[in-house]
Amino acid sequence: MMTNPTGRLTQGQFSFLPDLTDAEIALQIEYGLKKGYAWSVEYTDDPHPRNTYWSMYGNPLFDLHDAAGVMQELKACRAAFGHHYIRLMAFDSTRNVETIAMSFIVNRPAVEPGFMLERQEVQGRTLRYSTRGYGARQPEGERYR
Amino acid sequence: MSAPAYAIPGSTPPAAAAASTPPAAAPASDALGAARSVAEVLSSTQVQAVLQELDQELVGLAPVKARIRDIAALLVIDKLRTNFGLQSQAPSLHMCFSGNPGTGKTTVAQRMAQVLHRLGYVRKGHLVSVTRDDLVGQYIGHTAPKTKEVLQRAMGGVLFIDEAYYLYRPENERDYGQEAIEILLQVMENQRHDLVVILAGYHDRMQTFFQSNPGMRSRIAHHLDFPDYGLSELLHIAGKTLGQQHYRFGTGAEAAFERYLELRMRQPHFANARSVRNALDRARLRQASRLFANPERVLDAQTLCTIAPEDILASRVFQDA
Repeated sequence: MMTNPTGRLTQGQFSFLPDLTDAEIALQIEYGLKKGYAWSVEYTDDPHPRNTYWSMYGNPLFDLHDAAGVMQELKACRAAFGHHYIRLMAFDSTRNVETIAMSFIVNRPAVEPGFMLERQEVQGRTLRYSTRGYGARQPEGERYR
Repeated sequence: MSAPAYAIPGSTPPAAAAASTPPAAAPASDALGAARSVAEVLSSTQVQAVLQELDQELVGLAPVKARIRDIAALLVIDKLRTNFGLQSQAPSLHMCFSGNPGTGKTTVAQRMAQVLHRLGYVRKGHLVSVTRDDLVGQYIGHTAPKTKEVLQRAMGGVLFIDEAYYLYRPENERDYGQEAIEILLQVMENQRHDLVVILAGYHDRMQTFFQSNPGMRSRIAHHLDFPDYGLSELLHIAGKTLGQQHYRFGTGAEAAFERYLELRMRQPHFANARSVRNALDRARLRQASRLFANPERVLDAQTLCTIAPEDILASRVFQDA
């Protein structure tokens, strides 16, 4: 059985759906802004499931009223890191929430090789597992094209 | 609609094209979509209400009101053109407000954001008011992110740059203001449908600013001159301002204020509506201390609201004359 039949990274919201169009992304941003979230753009070329903190592109976008500002930032990030994974994150600053309320991938590399489950045999019949991205073999910046 | 709204990536979706158009782009209302005359469009939008409100709430400013009327008319006609399948292009709405101090530039800018929103030109209708400090950085590489951040905040609304000529400092060729101007110009040109930029400042200094930045001048479609107010307009403004603060002129006080204005207008540094507001504030102070001086007196609401002639006649303007 293949664990990743579609060959796509499934992290965050909407990741089992086809890629969102820019218009759909803008609608999601609008929704977040209406809820009072602050958006930010993040990118990485090491999408390991445990890699929680991706690199942030620019500053977090506080005090915005319209999706156009976030889309502008996203466009700039795509121009700079077109072959990376890019995601949008909505931060909810409400007291006692103060966490990410939405997060979804908006840019993927053309080919996503997926992850390998590595089994390490140790004492007796004990197994230790680790996940390793096939893409992560190459040095940073050369992983996807 | 038996087809699912989702599709499994990798498989061939049956109707992928249908999913790519978001539903929010649907036209506003059927009545508006079927309108064939100006009256029909007016009845289904707020245009008429916006114009009336402006007429009532702003004193004087005939050229400004005329321009807003033109913009509103264009919106209505554009709507009709779209209904007939003709192409209509969003007009460039960047504006420059120039006029003497106190002629209502900032006030109108604040109203303009609401007006443009209700006319459907900007999506959100908020006003981001900035000066040179908010746009220009202090060291190399500081200006661009700062300006961009301000522009992003203003998207969907109106960016109001007060005293815009300070952006350009000809005496210092390494001034970072030029960088801010260039970013502004770029966004004003490429993202016209995202935001409206309003520059404001005193007339002669704006002229010098435009002479040294011809690119800026040509990208601004509307140059609005704010005329000085006449005596009767200033009196009207005074009455309105007092009314908003729940005061009114007592017997003879309005005549006294008219005389005050006549004298004040001849003096240097007269700042139109701002001078009126300051004069009224001082009159309120004098009224307060007049009432304060008589602690035993029982006061009623009427007395507390009334500005007496002596509150105005005590002004230094009368002593000098």
